[in-house]
Amino acid sequence: MSESERFEPLIIGFTCNWCSYRAADLAGTSRMKYPPNVRLIRLMCSGRLDPTFVLKALANGADGVLITGCHPGECHYLEQNYKAMRRYYLLRAMLTQMGIEPERVRLVWASAAEGARFAEEVTRMVEDVRRLGPLNWPAIAADGAEPAASRNGHGPAAAAETAPVVPEEAKP
Amino acid sequence: MSTAPSSPKSQERIGVYVCHCGSNIAGVVDVKDVAQWAGRELAEDGVVIARDYQFMCSNLGQELIEADIKEQGLTRVVVAACSPHLHEATFRTACQRAGLNPYLCEMVSIREQVSWVHTDRDLATAKAKALIAGGVERVAWHEPLEPLIVPINPTTLVVGGGIAGIQAALEIADSGYPVILVEREPSIGGHMAQFDKTFPTLDCAACILTPKMVAVGSHPNITLLTYSEVERVDGYVGSFLVTIRKKARYVNAETCTGCGLCIEKCPVRVVDEVFEAGLGYRKAVYRSFPQAVPKYPVIDTEHCTYFQRGKCKACQIFCPTQPKSINFEQKDEIIQVEVGNIILATGYELFDCRRIPQYGYGRLANVYTSLEFERLCNAAGPTGGEVVLRDGVTKPKTVGIIHCVGSRDSKYNSYCSVICCMQSLKFAHLVKERTGAEVYNFYIDMRTPFKDYDEFYQKVLAEGVHFVRGRVAEVTDAARHPGEEGKIIVQVEDTLIGRQRRIPVDMVILSAALEPRRDAQEVAHKFGIACSANGWFIEKHPKLDPVATMTEGIFIAGCAQGPKDIPATVAQGAAAAARVIGRIHQGHLALEPVRASVIAERCSGCRICNNLCPFNAISFREDLGVTEINPALCQGCGTCVAACPAGAITGTQFSNEQVFAQIEGLLMLDFSGAPRGAAVRMLEPALS
Repeated sequence: MSESERFEPLIIGFTCNWCSYRAADLAGTSRMKYPPNVRLIRLMCSGRLDPTFVLKALANGADGVLITGCHPGECHYLEQNYKAMRRYYLLRAMLTQMGIEPERVRLVWASAAEGARFAEEVTRMVEDVRRLGPLNWPAIAADGAEPAASRNGHGPAAAAETAPVVPEEAKP
Repeated sequence: MSTAPSSPKSQERIGVYVCHCGSNIAGVVDVKDVAQWAGRELAEDGVVIARDYQFMCSNLGQELIEADIKEQGLTRVVVAACSPHLHEATFRTACQRAGLNPYLCEMVSIREQVSWVHTDRDLATAKAKALIAGGVERVAWHEPLEPLIVPINPTTLVVGGGIAGIQAALEIADSGYPVILVEREPSIGGHMAQFDKTFPTLDCAACILTPKMVAVGSHPNITLLTYSEVERVDGYVGSFLVTIRKKARYVNAETCTGCGLCIEKCPVRVVDEVFEAGLGYRKAVYRSFPQAVPKYPVIDTEHCTYFQRGKCKACQIFCPTQPKSINFEQKDEIIQVEVGNIILATGYELFDCRRIPQYGYGRLANVYTSLEFERLCNAAGPTGGEVVLRDGVTKPKTVGIIHCVGSRDSKYNSYCSVICCMQSLKFAHLVKERTGAEVYNFYIDMRTPFKDYDEFYQKVLAEGVHFVRGRVAEVTDAARHPGEEGKIIVQVEDTLIGRQRRIPVDMVILSAALEPRRDAQEVAHKFGIACSANGWFIEKHPKLDPVATMTEGIFIAGCAQGPKDIPATVAQGAAAAARVIGRIHQGHLALEPVRASVIAERCSGCRICNNLCPFNAISFREDLGVTEINPALCQGCGTCVAACPAGAITGTQFSNEQVFAQIEGLLMLDFSGAPRGAAVRMLEPALS
């Protein structure tokens, strides 16, 4: 695939109001560059991240979801980022069962001082998801197949002709 | 719970305002195209007007929005400009001026998140459009909100009676408001009371501290609770309910005159590990030091003959007051106080030098910690201010002072303890002055910022103190060369001449690191604040808000926030007080209405959310079988909202609907800005 027609993933990023959103702000004020594939949503805390937000984003066409929050021990709400972390690992297990590569959803800690880290992590995530290829969840659903999520262990790969590339090693 | 907003609320009239920010945004993003696109393509979603303007935050820009709200009847506003952390308040206020509820305004960051981080004009413009679409979809689901107004109780709790707490308490009390000062030890004064001189002016610490201590003890607005500890904190800013344990002193404060006869008659001598740093003695009934405030003593039951063997009572027998002030039956007392704000000034602890065994502390008699040396050269200390070796008579002829013991060392603490350089210079000066000994300072870097500090360094240099740059490898009594017998040898690489040196000395002083209190984490948890990785209390903003914390109503001052010298500690104590006084003056506080609430009809009473709240805002109503959230305690993190399996908890400003709508909006356009078609809602059943 040539440079001009390479796959450009869309990634939804969730930030917390106190650390990672400010890290994104700092990346901006420091004029750091990262690819424009990530679109951010501000929550008050990573603990607010309802796993359905992630599924909703994937179902609506995002190829990946980046979840960010304060470093462990630095949560503005004391310990809620740990709760985000717990959910994140459960969610990854669930995504695997749904046939979605768990690498499409990533949890990253970034303090308000870590603009550079934020930019680096976004860049890395975009590259990794680009390598995985499009998720194409909505395309499958729009083709009239039954919802991928209910297929219990069968990934979207089997659902339609427009099957996304699911690397063998990513299958559960 | 639905995973998709039911329908776009096209009945809303939304205005979109795209800021050029000079060339900051317009230089990368085609703002005119963005505004036109929004007006055209988002019309179905309720956008009735979309404008671009040079500087939206200027008066003219704000007036543009205000005029549109009035003339076009806008019901929602989206401003695409800088970060909301910069100008959210500006645009909310503008909306409010025009009669629109301020929470119906949403900001989209196309500067920090687009123009400043991306370079490709087309892609940046596409992303700006997508972000605005997200904002438009989201704002339709916003609700008008009112800030939460909480009244402020005028009483303030100050925890810690060191110089930071003393300063804070006096500032507030002098402004006419009541203060409750809680101190763990029997007397206030903290570490500063133990010092002899203070750098760089060499004022006597007691001379400048004791008048302040007396002022605290006699101030009509200050309730002093020494030998007391906070057990529990309930409530929230404006109305905390604090439970305090007043430990039994066995001395009746009402009748005791502080004459000291009991102390004189007590037959038990105990090594004073706290105030005299293990160098001196005190009695079993004692006060920390002669100028202690309050003046009445306390009985140390662990060493008191009566408490240990049931006999003696010398103190009670000789007590001259009527009735006797010694009361062996006294019990710990639990009291509860209501306060509006809390200042934590719990100070620091000294690094335990035994943790660096190669420096010989605890093994070599004449290796002292900095605090021990403070007591040694204190005129009221165990040697009456004579700088002598442990034998009590010999004056040292050579003294080595080691800087950065436990600081700037990745094995112990990576931070700089701030005070050690100046403190070591002070020690060097005092040793020279009192004994005429040769003094060697072993340092890594000399750090002497702030007023008159470097001048003091120059003065000590001129006094003939030797400075060796290098981290000391070892302090030993194993003589290797002639002249080292009977001495302590400091082995160091002098990095300025690039050679190993062995310097024999009679006495070594270790400038130990300042460390967070051992129970800092526990205290932080009790008050609902956080500690940094190093264990210091975290301030709200390291530069712009150094005395506030992320928890409303809890302020911090002094070394509890990080190592600092006395002037900085006093400044912080006063600063925290100023913040509190401002609050009390206002009488009330407006809080962001970001709160969670339970829809009782949907709550199944499963209690999954009950253990998730670190602020104890969630409680279960046994009588109703449902969970309740106290809006005054709720901080709005939303963890419970995300956890509720029934979708029975909703959060203002961050509802599921708002986030789902924003996701749909953000994904309306693909990477290059082409429409991606309608949001897919057919997956809903699978997700809910």
